[in-house]
Amino acid sequence: MRHKIVEFRHVSFRYGEEHPWVLKNCSFAIYENEAIAIIGHNGSGKSTIAKLMNGLLFPQEGEIVINGRSVTQDSIWDIRKDVGMVFQNPDNQFVGTTVQDDVAFGMENRGIERDEMVRRIDNTLSAVGMQEYRLTEPHKLSGGQKQRVAVASVLAIFPQILILDEATAMLDPRGRTDIMKTVTRVQDQRHLSLITITHDLQEVVQAERVIVMNEGAIWDEAAPRDIFAKKAELRRIGLDIPFVAALSEELRKAGIPINREALNHEELLEELWTSHSIM
Amino acid sequence: MDITFNNVSYIYQKNTPFAHKAIANLSFYIPSGTFTAVIGHTGSGKSTLIQHLNGLVRPSEGEVMIGNYRLTRDEKPDNMRMLRNRVGVVFQYPEHQLFEETVKKDIAFGPKNFNVSQDDIENRVREITSQVGLPEELLGRSPFDLSGGQMRRVAIAGVLAAKPDVLVLDEPTAGLDPRGQHEMMDMFTDMHKQQGLTTILVTHSMEDAVKYADHVIILNEGAKYMEGRPEEVLTQREALHHVQLDVPEMVQFINAFSEKFGQKIPYHRQSEAELASEIRQVLKGAGKDE
Repeated sequence: MRHKIVEFRHVSFRYGEEHPWVLKNCSFAIYENEAIAIIGHNGSGKSTIAKLMNGLLFPQEGEIVINGRSVTQDSIWDIRKDVGMVFQNPDNQFVGTTVQDDVAFGMENRGIERDEMVRRIDNTLSAVGMQEYRLTEPHKLSGGQKQRVAVASVLAIFPQILILDEATAMLDPRGRTDIMKTVTRVQDQRHLSLITITHDLQEVVQAERVIVMNEGAIWDEAAPRDIFAKKAELRRIGLDIPFVAALSEELRKAGIPINREALNHEELLEELWTSHSIM
Repeated sequence: MDITFNNVSYIYQKNTPFAHKAIANLSFYIPSGTFTAVIGHTGSGKSTLIQHLNGLVRPSEGEVMIGNYRLTRDEKPDNMRMLRNRVGVVFQYPEHQLFEETVKKDIAFGPKNFNVSQDDIENRVREITSQVGLPEELLGRSPFDLSGGQMRRVAIAGVLAAKPDVLVLDEPTAGLDPRGQHEMMDMFTDMHKQQGLTTILVTHSMEDAVKYADHVIILNEGAKYMEGRPEEVLTQREALHHVQLDVPEMVQFINAFSEKFGQKIPYHRQSEAELASEIRQVLKGAGKDE
C-alpha cells in the first residue's frame, strides 16, 4: 500500500458566511508518487482544493492532512516546503531579475546556504531544460519557458507534491507539450506526487487517476479509462470527452463492436483491427 | 469589409540596435463576410498583424486596406476613429480591461465615445446583453463581482456595442471550461452569420480552425507560410511539423487508420459520426474480399 501524502477529511469551504459553499464535504486521498488530474467546470471547486492544500485558504469544516501534518496557521510554513504550486499566468509568478535569481528567491526565504543554493539552481534548471537561460531576464522568455522556470523554482525547495493549477492554459501547443514532458520526467526522478488541475484532455489521459468535481462535490474518482467511459454523464456536467472516446461511441452506434474503452489512437486501431477480423 | 495586406512589413524599434522585424513582406486578401483563422506560434507575428487591423500600428513598409481605409507608413485615414468603430478587436483575456462601476456602463463606454445618442445606447446595450447571453439583471452589478466567463462576456459586449463590421478575436476561449468554450464559439458563429461580419479568429487550436473557419492563414516568423481552405492546409503534416504545428487530431487518426488498413479515408471536415460510418464501410468492404 502506498503512503498517503494528501488527505481531505470531510472538507467544506466558503468565502464568507453569506456566500455559498464552494466545497461541500469533500473527502479523498492522494498517494506518494501518484499522478492525479482534477477536472471540472469553472467554479466547480478545483482551484479551491489546490489553495487549501498549501494553506492559502483554510476550510470552515473538516481537516486537511499533508504528509502526516494537519494544515493549520502554525504548520503552513512547513507544509509549503512540501507543496509546490505553479499557477496559470506565467507573467504573475516572477520576482527575480534573472532566471537564476528567480529560482533562488524561494530558497533565500528558507535560509538555504549559498553553496547549496548554487547546486540546486544548477540541478533544477537542467531538470527543466533551462540551464542555458540562467542569466536571461524573465521577460525575454516565451510563456512555456517561463512556466518551466516556475517549475524549477518550486522544485528547488524539494517539495513532495507538485500542483499545476491550469499551468498550461495560456501556452501554445508546443509550450504545453514541453511543460508536461518536463513535469512527467521530474516526477519520475524525484518521486513526487503530481496534481494537475486542467481542462486539457491530453493531460487528463496521462494521469493515473482522475478526480471529477461538480458543483463543489466529488462527482467521481477513477482511472481515466473508466472516467471517459461515462460520456453522456460527463457532457451533462459540462465536460468534454477526448476524440478517441467520442469516435468509439459513434463506432458502436454504427454497429462496430468496441469492447475495451480505448484511451489513445493505437488502442482504438487495435480494437478496430480485432472487430475487422470478426466482420 | 474586404481586408488586404500588400507586402506589409513591420519593424519594432526601427533604426536602433534592437530593430526586430515582426512582420515580413506579408500579403493576403480576406473577402468581406468570410471567417478566417490565423494560426501560428508564439512570436509568429499574429499580435502585430491584429494591431494593423484597427490602426493601432501602421506598416513600416507596404499597405493595409480595410474596406476603403488605407494605412501606410506615411498615410493614415483622416477618420481613424471611424475605422476603430468598424473593426472590433477582442484581445486576449479581455476581462482584464473592464474598469467601469457597472456592467451597463462598461458596455456603453465605446458607443458613448463614438457619440451615439443616449437612447440608442440604451437599446444597443439591451440587445447586445442578450446576444452575448448575459442576464439583464447583471447590468446594474459591478463587473468585478461576476464569474470569469461572465466578465469575458461583458468585455465582448463592450466591443460589439460599437456595431463593428469586422470582428477580430484573439484566442477568445482561452481559460474557459469546455462548455464555456463551445458556448462562446457558437455565439461568435451565430453573430458572424446573422450580421454578415468579417471574422478573423487568431487561435492555436487546429480543432477550432477546421470547425469554424472557411479560410486559414498560417504565419511563421512574421511571414505567410501557408494559406487556403482548412481541409487542404491543415492536412499537410510535414509542412505543419516544420513550423511546430500539428494536424487536427482527426486527421492524425485517419492517417494512422489508412496506414494500418491499407485503405485511404479522405478528410473533409467530417463529424465523428460521419467518420464512424466511413470506417464501417472500409471494414465491411475488407471483410468481403477475404
